[in-house]
Order: sequence, then C-alpha cells, then structure tokens
Amino acid sequence: MNSVILMAGSRVLAGLLLIFSVYMLLRGHNLPGGGFIGGLIGATGFILHAIAADAASARRALRAPPQSIAVVGLGIALAAGALSAFAGDAFLTGQWLYLAGLPLSSVLVFDIGVYLVVFGAVLTLVFALEEAV
Amino acid sequence: MTLTRNGWAGLAPVLLAAALFAAFLPALGPVSRGEALVWAAPWVPGLGIELAFRLDGLGLTFALLICGIGALVLLYSDSYLAGHPQYARFALFLTGFMLSMLGLVLADDLIVLFVFWELTTLTSYLLIGFGHEAAKSRRNALQALFVTGAGGLAMLAGLNLLGMAAGTTRISEILAQGDAIRQSALYVPILVLVLAGALTKSAQVPFHFWLPNAMAAPTPVSAYLHSATMVKAGVYLMARLHPALSGTPGWFWTLTLLGAATAVFASLQSLRQTDLKQALAWTTLMALGTLTLLLGQSSSYALTAFATFLVVHSLYKAALFLVVGNLDHEAGTREIGRLGALGRALPMTALAAALAGLSMAGLPPFLGFIGKELKYAGGLASALPVLATGALLLANAMMVAVAAAVALGPFWRRPAEGPLETSPHEAPPAMWAGPALLGLGGVVFGLAPWLLQAGLVAPVVQSLGRELEDTAELTLWHGVNLPLGLSLATLALGIAIYVALPRGRARLGAAMDRLPGLDRGWDGFLDGLRRLAEIQTDAIQTGRLRFYLAASFATVAAALGGTMLARGLPPLAFDLAGANWVLAVIALLLIGGAALAAVSSSRLAAIAGLGVSGIALSLVFLLFGALDVAITQLLVETLVVVLVALALLRLPKLKPLGFRPAAAALSAAIGGLVTALLLAVLETPMDLRLSDWFGAASWPEAHGRNIVNVILVDFRAIDTFGEIAVVVVAAISAYALLKGTRGTSGGTS
Repeated sequence: MNSVILMAGSRVLAGLLLIFSVYMLLRGHNLPGGGFIGGLIGATGFILHAIAADAASARRALRAPPQSIAVVGLGIALAAGALSAFAGDAFLTGQWLYLAGLPLSSVLVFDIGVYLVVFGAVLTLVFALEEAV
Repeated sequence: MTLTRNGWAGLAPVLLAAALFAAFLPALGPVSRGEALVWAAPWVPGLGIELAFRLDGLGLTFALLICGIGALVLLYSDSYLAGHPQYARFALFLTGFMLSMLGLVLADDLIVLFVFWELTTLTSYLLIGFGHEAAKSRRNALQALFVTGAGGLAMLAGLNLLGMAAGTTRISEILAQGDAIRQSALYVPILVLVLAGALTKSAQVPFHFWLPNAMAAPTPVSAYLHSATMVKAGVYLMARLHPALSGTPGWFWTLTLLGAATAVFASLQSLRQTDLKQALAWTTLMALGTLTLLLGQSSSYALTAFATFLVVHSLYKAALFLVVGNLDHEAGTREIGRLGALGRALPMTALAAALAGLSMAGLPPFLGFIGKELKYAGGLASALPVLATGALLLANAMMVAVAAAVALGPFWRRPAEGPLETSPHEAPPAMWAGPALLGLGGVVFGLAPWLLQAGLVAPVVQSLGRELEDTAELTLWHGVNLPLGLSLATLALGIAIYVALPRGRARLGAAMDRLPGLDRGWDGFLDGLRRLAEIQTDAIQTGRLRFYLAASFATVAAALGGTMLARGLPPLAFDLAGANWVLAVIALLLIGGAALAAVSSSRLAAIAGLGVSGIALSLVFLLFGALDVAITQLLVETLVVVLVALALLRLPKLKPLGFRPAAAALSAAIGGLVTALLLAVLETPMDLRLSDWFGAASWPEAHGRNIVNVILVDFRAIDTFGEIAVVVVAAISAYALLKGTRGTSGGTS
C-alpha cells in the first residue's frame, strides 16, 4: 500500500504497540492482559508494518522467522512446566522466587512462551498470506 | 573367524534362544509334579490388570518348543541366508516373533495375552513379507495380517466379555470357574468371538486360505511359524480356555466339524501340490484341523492325543520344512517331478528327512505312531465316533502318502522329469544338524515315551482341566485292539494313495480348483473396499468450501435439533428486564453487521459487516465485565478482518448468488436452534462451585488477582499448553499449504 501517512505513522505505532504488548503481558497476572492478548497486540505491530511497507520488509525487521519464534515459545512453555520437576512437584506446578521483594515465577515464563507462540503463529500466517497474493 | 556366517547378527539370536531353552528346562521338575510357577507385577492397577505370567504344563510345552525349535531355526537361517544384506533385520524380526510367542503362551492375564497375540500378528506380517520387493509377497503378508488381525479384534471383544463374565482378567482364576461361565448369559457371544480369533489364527476352514499363501516367506520362517508357533497360537488359545469353555454342544460341534473338514480338505490339497513347500504347508493345516478336532472332545484319550500330537507335529514338521529348504538351497528347485536320487549327494539331509518322514507317517517305533494310536482312541471316544475317526483315518492315510512324497521321493526315486543340470552336494552342518536333531527327537521319545508322558503330556492334560493321573498311557504296544487295526488300515490306504498319486494328481487338482474359496474373492474384496472409499471420498470431499460449511452446519443443526426433540426443552423465558438503550444500540450493530454480510454482493462490504458484528460482541463482553474476553475478541476480530482482506485479493470477483432458499433455511435453523439452546442454558441453575473456588484460591495459591489469567497459566496450564501446541501446528500447516500453492502457480522465489 502506498500511503505516506500510514508509512510514517506505522513507524511510531509499531514500536508503541510492541511496548504495549509487553506491558499487557507483564500485568496479566493481576489485571486484564496476559500472554495471549500480549502476543496478539505484538503481532498487530508487525502486521501494521507489513501492510504499510511489505511482508519482506516486516520479515527483515523481525529478524527471526516467525515460525521459529512460535516453536521456541512452545519450547519455553514446556521448559517452564518441566521446571517444577526440580521441586518434586507435578508438571506445570507454579514455582515462585522472591528476589528482594520482587516476585518471579515459572508461571510468568510459561506466559512468555504463550506470548511467543501466539505472536509467531499469527505472523507466520499473515506473512505467508501477504506473500501468496 | 566367527562361528556364524553373519557375525553377531547370526550368533546372538541363536545364543538367546538356546539360553531361554536352557532356562526353561529346570521348570520340568515342578511342572511334572503338577505345580505352576507364577510371576506377576502391577500394570494397570485401576483396571485390575496385572502383568501376570504363569508357567504350567501347556505353557512349558509351548515354551520349550518355541525356544528349542527357535534356536535350531535361527542357526539354520544363518547359513540359509548367509550374506543376505538384511540378515540383521531378519534376525530381529524372528527373535521378536519368538519373544512375542513366548509372552503369549506364558501370559496369565487376558489383556497381556491379547497384547502378545497382536505382537505375533505384527511380527509374522514382517516375516511373511520379508521379500518385500515381490508384489506377491507383499500381498500375501497383508492378507495374513488382515485375516488374523480381524480375528484378533473379534477375540479382543470375546476376551473382554469373558473378563466381565468372570469378574477378573486373571486367566488362572477364570479357568477355575468354568461352570459359572458356561451358564453365563454371555457364554454364546464369548464362544463365537473367541473362536473367531482362534480359528482365523489357526487357519481353519473357511479361513484357511491365508496360510498356504504365507509360504511366500523364506523357508526358515515357514518352518518356524508354521510348525510350532504362529498358527498354533489359535490352537493354544482354544487349549488354554478349554477348562472354561469346553463341554457344551456349541463347542463340541464347532470344533469337531470344522477340525474334521479342515483336516480332510487340507490333506486333499496337500496331495495335489507339486511344490514340496506347498505340500507341507497344507499338511500343517491338516495337523491344525486334527488338533482342533481333538480339542473339541472331552475324553482323556482325546486330550492326551492332543498333547502328544502337538509335540509330534512340531518336531517332524519343522524338520521337514528345513529339509525342503536344503533341497531348494542345494538343488535349486522344490518341484516334486524334478527332484530325485539325491540320497547319495545329501546323505545327512536324507537321513533327517527319513526320520521325520517316518514319524509323520506314523510308523513304529516313532513318536508319530504313538500319537496316531492315541488320536484313534480319542476319535473312538468321541460323541461322533464314526465322523471323527473317519476324518482322522482319511487325513492320516493321506499324510502317509505326503510323507513318502517329501521324505522318500526326492532322495531315493528317479526324478520323473530327468536328472537335474546341476550337481548338488550336502548342505553345511548348521543346515542339517537342526532337522536331524528334530528327527532324532521323534525316535527317542518314541522308544522312551514315558519321558514325554511324565514331563510334558501329563502336565498339559492337567492344564486342560484334568488330573495328572487321567492321562492315557503313551506306549508303543497297546495290544491288539481297534486303534491298531485302524493304524494298519491307514498304512495300507496311504501306500495305495502314494502309488496312485503320480497319475491321479492332475485330476485331483482339477477337481479341487472347482471348489469355491475365499482366496479367489480376496482381491475383488480389497478392490471393492478401495472403490467404496473412492466413491465415499468423491461424495464427501467435493473441494468446495460452501459444501463443507453447509455439511458442518447441517450436522450441527441435526444434532442440536434431534437432542432437543428427544430430551425436550425447559420452558424458555425471554424477558427484556434490565435492557437499556446502550444494549439496544449494540444489538442493532450486531444484527446490522450480520445482515450486511449476508446480503452484500461486495466481499469487502461483507467482511466489514462481519467486523462490525464481532466488535459489537466484544462490547457486550465489556459491558458485563469480561474484560480479558472483550480484549481478546477485539484483537481477534481485527486480525480476522486483516487476514480475510488479504485472502480476498486472491479470489475472483463475487458473482451475485441471489436468494437461495436452502441456504436461508439452514441459516434460520442454526440461528433458531442456537438461540433456543442459549435460552435453555440460562434456565439451567448455574453451578458456581468451581468459579467460587477459583476466585477464592487465585490470590493465596497462585499469587494472582486476574482469575482468567491465573486459570490459563497456572490452574489449567496444561490445557493452555495443549492449545498453544495446536496453534503452532496449525500455523506451520497453513504456512506449508500457502507456500505449496505458491510453488505450483509459479510465484517468485
């Protein structure tokens, strides 16, 4: 699409959408948000770029192939679930660690995996569709 | 230098089989005293299934035959297939088969028994199809797999019913309550289903056709599968369940009639063959028919005869198959007419053939003679003495003729079609040692039958539900009685058949060819299946998206409507209390968007209409406090519009379809039914226990305040994991599809 306004706008908006998506991911445990929503928002950022410029440019900006991102996300979710084995708990039992009052958990790692899966899968589809046209 | 031709792949399986044989020998002591060795470990405790094994007379007899003949056959194969590029694979299959068979005969649990039963089916499929380059070999392996596999499924149902009737899957406990099972209402289905498995596996008429075809396998496989093992699995099953199922008219008539028919039919087929291996294959069927017939009876003579003939047959049949393998290997042919006068060239093979052949013909002092006398005694004690004894007499007489044709003709008579061009010489020791040893077994046990009686036959009779002392005596001389007279008649008739055979064979073959058989219909049956699949696929898979959608929606409508009609609906209340103008606007947006999508003739407008509906829906979620769902709905709706808009650019321009009554009716039905369903759901009192628990536990147990997210990533994280795995698979599949179509349309790199 040859639209100068969209091109110029997408540079700012894509970055904002990505930052917002991480914000949604991190706040998800206590407020509306989470990996699924975050992943969708993050994907929207790149889709905007792909529509404004083209899929090849969006792929370059992404650097890694989206299908690999999705698979890595699945691996991270699996690893987060397997972590509980070290504590002797069942698969996917949440593990918590407090670093100077900052709560860290395997649940967040799992959610990051979900984020990457949704992000990668949606972009895989959209890029492939764009290029197929 | 190694001991075997194929290195470790040749040696290791032989050592394993021999070691197992040696390991089973000490069990002879306790088993011959009537004890059983039991080993069990929990397997599926929730269903009461144990990995249970039990070594009694029947199991031990089979185990010794399996391991002993297995070791000899593996040793033989090493030379027979010396230097075969896939020998390791062959040895693996054969060893796997041996271990499956061993598990089958030792299993003391119905489910364990079934698992090993199917393992023998699978491994024998691999063995029969070992020469997989030949289409015939593949066809016959598949045929054996289908016939025995179908029987196995029926058997699984039968075994489950048996387990239900008895209240346990432990075989030894089931056998102890035979009377209760015979009186159970489930007895007839159990009998039919279990026999379906046993009779297909043991190739009884009319399921016999796969067995001669299975001779496509290399000769050692035939010697092993078709002497002691695979085909005897069916016989084993009938023997194992004899105490629980036998003694009824259904059992007696089925086994006696099918056994007799198989024995006589197979003997006739055997006589007409000119290929030695085929002739032996059919005599195997004859033996299986005989064993089935004997198992149909309940007299101790018949059961003793069963136990004895089981051993006799395994010894001579394995030996003769290996002898035919030697002839094939050294002379290059198995045709009766071309083989002859090889006795001097292959002296040890000829000796082994003579020993085994005399036992097969049932001459004294061989074990075969004792077996035959007992068979006649068992036949005479039957409730159908004339039929049983007559069938046995005919089959045995023909066995005499086949034994002479296999063991005598190739070695001592002049070949009918002139001498061979090649000059064969004796096979290596590993190839004649096995058959000679097996043949020798027939003499040793014939001269000292009490060894066999105490060690194996009496415990087998005990496994069949009798006492050790009930066993009939194994002896060469019973005095002048009817069985002896029948033996003499058998011999005379057999010699007469052998003399008449060369002239009568062609005429017999022509007559047999006119008989109907399932093998002829087999390929037609498979083609029919394939055609049916084609017709079905053509009808269902039209490749038109509109058809798929209509079919899916029609199915949903039928299921929903059918359920509602059958179950009835609670009274539906439709009240607008609590409605306000915001909701009214949202509802209008929803309806308007959907209507636009339905009537628009522009694709873009239709998508925009769908988007309006979706966003209005997310507003509904928002108004009722489902924030996470609303956000997700909004994002998904946005993405759908983007995706569909992208796909749209590829599609041709929309042709106006006009009003389609069928589509309108289907849409109206789905809309109406879903509305009714939702209203009915609202009428059902809601169970809030889970929601309350999640709400209460979210913060203390999972340190999170957003219940939706806590459920997704913590309480029900394994569901989420499954879902994201599906997402990844779907994305990759769609990617492959899109890239694939681009390639065919000649796109860019």
